[in-house]
Amino acid sequence: MAPSSAPQPGSTDPSVIRNFCIIAHIDHGKSTLADRMLQLTGVVDARQMRAQYLDRMDIERERGITIKSQAVRLPYRTGDADYVLNLIDTPGHVDFTYEVSRSLAACEGAVLLVDAAQGIEAQTLANLYLALENDLEIIPVLNKIDLPAAQPEKYAAELAHIIGCDPSTVLKVSAKTGEGVTELLDEVVRRIPAPVGDAAAPARAMIFDSVYDTYRGVVTYVRVIDGHLAPRERIAMMSTGAVHEMLEVGVISPEPTPSDGVGVGEVGYLITGVKDVRQSRVGDTVTSARNGATEALGGYRDPKPMVFSGLYPIDGSDYPLLRDALDKLQLNDAALVYEPESSVALGFGFRCGFLGLLHLEIVRERLEREFNLDLISTAPNVVYRVVMEDGKEIVVTNPSEFPTGKIAEVHEPVVRATILAPSDYIGAIMELCQTRRGVLGGMDYLSEDRVELRYTLPLAEIVFDFFDALKSKTRGYASLDYEPTGEQDADLVKVDILLHGDPVDAFSAIVHRDKAYAYGVQMASKLKELIPRQQFEVPIQAAIGARIIARETIRAIRKDVLAKCYGGDITRKRKLLEKQKEGKKRMKMVGRVEVPQEAFIAALSTEDSAAAKPK
Amino acid sequence: MPSLPPEGDPAPDDGALPSSALEGLGSRPFGVYVHVPFCSTRCGYCDFNTYTAEELGSGASRSTYADQAVAEVRLARRVLGDVDLPVSTVFVGGGTPTLLPPGDLGRILAAVRDEFGLVDGAEVTTEANPDSVTPPSLAALREDGFTRMSFGLQSTAPHVLAVLDRTHTPGRAVAAVDEARAAGFEHVNVDLIYATPGETESDFAASLDAAVASGADHVSAYSLIVEDGTRLAARVRRGEIPDLDDDVAADRYVQADEALTAAGFAWYEVSNWARPGGECRHNLGYWRGDDWWGIGPGAHSHVGGVRWWNVRHPAAYARRIAAGLSPAQAREVLDPDDVRVEHVLLRVRLSEGLPLDLLDRAGRAVAGRAASEGLADSAALGEGRLVLTRQGRLLADALVRDLLG
Repeated sequence: MAPSSAPQPGSTDPSVIRNFCIIAHIDHGKSTLADRMLQLTGVVDARQMRAQYLDRMDIERERGITIKSQAVRLPYRTGDADYVLNLIDTPGHVDFTYEVSRSLAACEGAVLLVDAAQGIEAQTLANLYLALENDLEIIPVLNKIDLPAAQPEKYAAELAHIIGCDPSTVLKVSAKTGEGVTELLDEVVRRIPAPVGDAAAPARAMIFDSVYDTYRGVVTYVRVIDGHLAPRERIAMMSTGAVHEMLEVGVISPEPTPSDGVGVGEVGYLITGVKDVRQSRVGDTVTSARNGATEALGGYRDPKPMVFSGLYPIDGSDYPLLRDALDKLQLNDAALVYEPESSVALGFGFRCGFLGLLHLEIVRERLEREFNLDLISTAPNVVYRVVMEDGKEIVVTNPSEFPTGKIAEVHEPVVRATILAPSDYIGAIMELCQTRRGVLGGMDYLSEDRVELRYTLPLAEIVFDFFDALKSKTRGYASLDYEPTGEQDADLVKVDILLHGDPVDAFSAIVHRDKAYAYGVQMASKLKELIPRQQFEVPIQAAIGARIIARETIRAIRKDVLAKCYGGDITRKRKLLEKQKEGKKRMKMVGRVEVPQEAFIAALSTEDSAAAKPK
Repeated sequence: MPSLPPEGDPAPDDGALPSSALEGLGSRPFGVYVHVPFCSTRCGYCDFNTYTAEELGSGASRSTYADQAVAEVRLARRVLGDVDLPVSTVFVGGGTPTLLPPGDLGRILAAVRDEFGLVDGAEVTTEANPDSVTPPSLAALREDGFTRMSFGLQSTAPHVLAVLDRTHTPGRAVAAVDEARAAGFEHVNVDLIYATPGETESDFAASLDAAVASGADHVSAYSLIVEDGTRLAARVRRGEIPDLDDDVAADRYVQADEALTAAGFAWYEVSNWARPGGECRHNLGYWRGDDWWGIGPGAHSHVGGVRWWNVRHPAAYARRIAAGLSPAQAREVLDPDDVRVEHVLLRVRLSEGLPLDLLDRAGRAVAGRAASEGLADSAALGEGRLVLTRQGRLLADALVRDLLG
């Protein structure tokens, strides 16, 4: 338990508050360090300690990543004074850049945590830049100094070079053993500025996270900037004007603890009874419903899906289950969008929009795991803006919507990608980015043998298999981060795949004209392997509009008869027929062609499905 | 015999059949199949229910088998009742029936004759390994009442026989046919296996020539099947032998059909060709859905819509027979839809064709399309029968799936 002298929520002097987060790559020990801080401040004792206390969801635990941030209030006494440290956990992935930025905006400082055996990674660097943009005080820390492979001197120099500090000021800790963690807490108290706000002003609190809880409804995490929020008060969401009654206010330490309120500089949670995280959006400003603030805190943005994919139940009768499951997930995921769609090949499903590939992968995995669904997902695609010659504009989130008429321009989203890698791999990385239509923006040496490459790349080029390719070309050493930076014109075409003359919607793709042929050839030959021979010859064609660019042929089957009857065992023969008929029922008909479900799955799952799991 | 028997309903210990199965008994041709589950060696491709001396173990032996078979013949008579039920066809298969002690086949046949009687001109066949017969043994079989011999020729190419693990020398089968003819057998069959990995078109042409020249009036030609659990399957899996190629099998089938037709044979079932009058009536009974009783371990029977199969191991069979119990392991009683499905499945394979009235409207439409695509004979379709063309025979299973929707 917290010491009795500790300042109480709702009446804490802002001068003793330190709000900070930990910026780290996965595996670099953020959760272990957070655990150690919980222990050292007495918030959790060793017996209660569950490894990586802050990561709650199973998927997070297994993947070692934090999807949803939380905030823990740590009472800390050092010297003769009591302090309140609010550790705000940040999502660790590229798809959640916006959420990260809101978490950072809730802090005055950040611990930059880097593995002393590996050095900084691209995402960490990207988040560091975000933190610097937010004027956060950065405390550089090398973790895992107990490892034999640790090179603290080397990476301290690297960090110092990036931040522009003296290498000697880089702290060295082992979150695992606890070495140096107390010193780190002291440094947090010493260096991170206390929050500043106007206690007398109308309340303004920024939402930096919003989580759906089955029992409590939506739990909203806020950082109070001005004023005070109290239970039973009616509050307003400034982006929508929606008003809710506040049922509970409190802090997490480490379990939710109701309080009399939260004041300037404090971090806490609100429960209003709303059931959908859309009503309590990250980045929004909470104020009092009566005499509230007139000006919202800056920085709110609607979540914008960047990557789309069709999700279809393998068993068509699971469609209603999939719909219910998406409805439930959406309660906890303001960025997930979906609408029903149907595919000739795959039946009924949903076109879903995601923040990025990991987001897609997480949603898909949760649907399969928590709702026990077997799903096919179509190849992910980005959103295109197509301008026709008559000036009409069409937004394409599914290749099948790509217009056939006279197209003036096609715009595609682009990202600014940051790649960190040992300098030996510069050539390989440049070659890869070249083939992905990348434009080099700049290159810096972080240290003697590590470089940072900045590229502008079409998002479409990295949603497929870029990350895997990058990893394999750099023996796993490269790390990648990217953020959307707008759009560009490109010479893009839709390639259709025709089976026996009938287009198969699930295989249509929008690709750069220079790559259309390669896509067509690859898809046609893949399908030739996957589709069993039929009683007639089946041409597989790839086409741009009416022009055929690639062709394969599945030869007609010539023999489908069992020669003998096994000594009068007609039963066996009939059972075999029944089994074959069952198999036939599971075939999808594309025109007259029987296509096994597995062929669709295999054709749609790029060998690089791991690409959807960047780290 | 398949590697694994189907699952089914329990069969009663006394072998009794439901009364529905006994209705009309005697109005359909009735056959007896006798399974002799012994071989001197096991061929690498074979998954039949047969046992070498070492595999047999104690509890069963070749020398006591005939007595057990005779006992099952008597059981059959008891189960089927006193109805007048002369046997039209007897077929002794294996295994290698001629491995039984001399006279045993004759004793089993005599029991069939004693219990049921044989119709005039009954067809009585035994399979034989060409190496296991001699002119005197053939004469004795003829004397016992056998009318038809069936020899496994398989191939005349030594390298093909080697892949199949067949022990006989290529010329021996042809000589055996001669000896059978000389012993007075009017009907003789030779079995061929084609599309064995390594077999060339000319290898098979030579085998076909030998079969035609041998004087046999019946040829069964089977595409080699790599059955799970066989030595051949293991060798294919290990890559020692290339896997079978269905396109090659289709080529060989066409080759067989052409060569045999040119030699005066006609197909009457997908894998069987005969000179006029040489069709195997016992074999036809299987495809027409006639009644037959299967004697011996693992043997399958069909009587009036009930199918059953005996326990597989000769020792288990011997124990049940010794205890006075039916050796049936399980059975199934076909419902009318099963019966219709079987008729379509089986009769479509015959040159006499499938009566179209066994098909529903959708099935008849499929039959029409098959004729338009060259899979079925248009003239026969006009006469109400679905008769497969050569191309149709090669795709018979696919067509059946379509016919039955």
